[in-house]
Amino acid sequence: MGRYVIRRLLQSILVVVGVTFLVFIILYQTGDPVQLLVGPDATKDDIAQIRHEMGFDRPWYVQYADFMSGAVHGDFGTSLRQDQPVWDLVVERLPATLELAIAAFVLSLVISLPVGIISATRRNSIWDNLSMGGALFGQSLPVFFLGIILIYIFAGQLKILPSFGRGSGGIQSQFSHLVLPAITLGTFSLARNARLIRSSLLEVLGLEFVKTARAKGLTENTVVWRHALKNALIPVVTIFGLEFGNLLGGAVITETVFAWPGVGRMVILAIQQRDFPLVVGTVTVVAIIFVILNLLVDLLYGLLDPRVRYS
Amino acid sequence: MAEQKGAAIERGDGDAAVDQGHGYQSRHELTEFGKSPRSGLPAILRSLLRNRMATIGVVILVLVVIAALGASVISSQDPRRGRILDSKLPPAWSSGGSTEHLLGTDALGRDIFTRVLYGARISLTVGIVAVLIAGAIGVTLGLISGYYGGFIDDVIMRIADIQLAVPFILFAIAILAVLGQGLDKIIITLGITGWVTYGRVVRGQVLAWKRTEFVEAARCIGARDGAIMLKHILPNVYASIIVLASFAVASTILAEASLSFLGLGVPPDVPTWGGMVAAGRDYIISGQYWMYTFPGIAIMLAVFGINVVGDWLRDYLDPRLKNL
Repeated sequence: MGRYVIRRLLQSILVVVGVTFLVFIILYQTGDPVQLLVGPDATKDDIAQIRHEMGFDRPWYVQYADFMSGAVHGDFGTSLRQDQPVWDLVVERLPATLELAIAAFVLSLVISLPVGIISATRRNSIWDNLSMGGALFGQSLPVFFLGIILIYIFAGQLKILPSFGRGSGGIQSQFSHLVLPAITLGTFSLARNARLIRSSLLEVLGLEFVKTARAKGLTENTVVWRHALKNALIPVVTIFGLEFGNLLGGAVITETVFAWPGVGRMVILAIQQRDFPLVVGTVTVVAIIFVILNLLVDLLYGLLDPRVRYS
Repeated sequence: MAEQKGAAIERGDGDAAVDQGHGYQSRHELTEFGKSPRSGLPAILRSLLRNRMATIGVVILVLVVIAALGASVISSQDPRRGRILDSKLPPAWSSGGSTEHLLGTDALGRDIFTRVLYGARISLTVGIVAVLIAGAIGVTLGLISGYYGGFIDDVIMRIADIQLAVPFILFAIAILAVLGQGLDKIIITLGITGWVTYGRVVRGQVLAWKRTEFVEAARCIGARDGAIMLKHILPNVYASIIVLASFAVASTILAEASLSFLGLGVPPDVPTWGGMVAAGRDYIISGQYWMYTFPGIAIMLAVFGINVVGDWLRDYLDPRLKNL
């Protein structure tokens, strides 16, 4: 187990380094941002000097090595536009994005689990058909369209919920601002998880050990909740790990629709402004979070499924 | 070898029928009436017609394809130009609407119905071409990775890990920032970012197939690696690839719409569904719902249609991919 953890950890570090390299190369190709920073009146000499001062005249591998040696010490460079350390900007915005992603995740989990379980245990009932039809529908709904429809209904027509921002002051204001973005972001994963939980549970319910449990005279509830569900959740947990990463990605669009002051919106703005260090830094931080989550999911396997041997 | 493939598909169909609960019904029908009324149809069509959802999906898809191919025949209006005097007209059934603009007009007076029709063209083109590119890259890398193993396998799979560690949309945005706007660029971006799933699934299956006796036999008689991969292993993996590709078309259409919505896709005068929703966004509170609702519904229907057909294809061809 110890060796497995260390190996996975090393692999994860490799992935993060790879991500920074990839993003760095991609953005390096967009050309250096100095031209955009200085006004149209700047002379060639001015540009050359600023470029030199900021280090953009060095070869890409020197710039990359420089970035990486800083990153190891927690220094992800300085935003070109806001003149603040990238790390500070990300840390400032990250709570809003995590709040949104966690709210969506919890919403998805709390609804998809019972829906999936009931659908599986009452297969082909009206409930099953309705909820699975609804799930298919939810999976086909573009995030941004759902957000706009919700804004139209709850902010435009009914006027009961705010349509943008994160709210200020009291917890009530913050909660009411969170409702629509969380539903918007959570719906896709809710729909997918409900379908996944249903099919996974149906598969397990057909296995021999479930028949044995039933033959022993256990109640259907015990069979489903104590015996089948634990096994049915194994493939679901894998998806959940990835799901949270997808939510972080989906937050980019949701944050744009609802003017939610998170990392996603910041990164879109940074790309438009060619704020090169800010983009690389942000993507690196998101990738690190994502990689850590996947590592945790892998380790969680062992708790759910003792058959998994870490070798 | 062909037998192997046939057997795999048959097995798949059996599982699917049991899982769907429809299989028994039709077999019952068969014994009761002596012969099936659709016995003249090929098995795949009969399976399709048995599945009500999939039939609906196919009907939707046919409509989307007709819209895409026949946009200029169905509507005589210009999707890129409108009369500014006609701006923000409501749909035909609202007061103030006219039959000339069935679904109303946008802020520049362009006909929404016409733009939705032309939007189908963009969505389908991007969906299909990007998936072909992603599939070609993914299948090739998956075959190589699984067949040769070792160092090259490690390298390819680590690249896949790296790509999976960045939320797809961030990755696509970064690439588009380099390439700039344009239909070809969005297709390339979605093609490059989409290969990983194929790569992994194909690799996994190649690992299993390469240890089978018929592959061993081919190697013994001196078949070259390329021939073994393409002629002996690949045909056994086709079913999975088709299933993956069908879902990928849906997710690619969604991705294109999202990127267009963020303003990163194609220039704003090109009629895309995502771009239309983005443009209509400024009119949510003022109540011109038709500007974003109809293109939004178009995306939803197209994706829904592909997803249900994909579901059925998976049950028919390869139920093992259920967890995707």
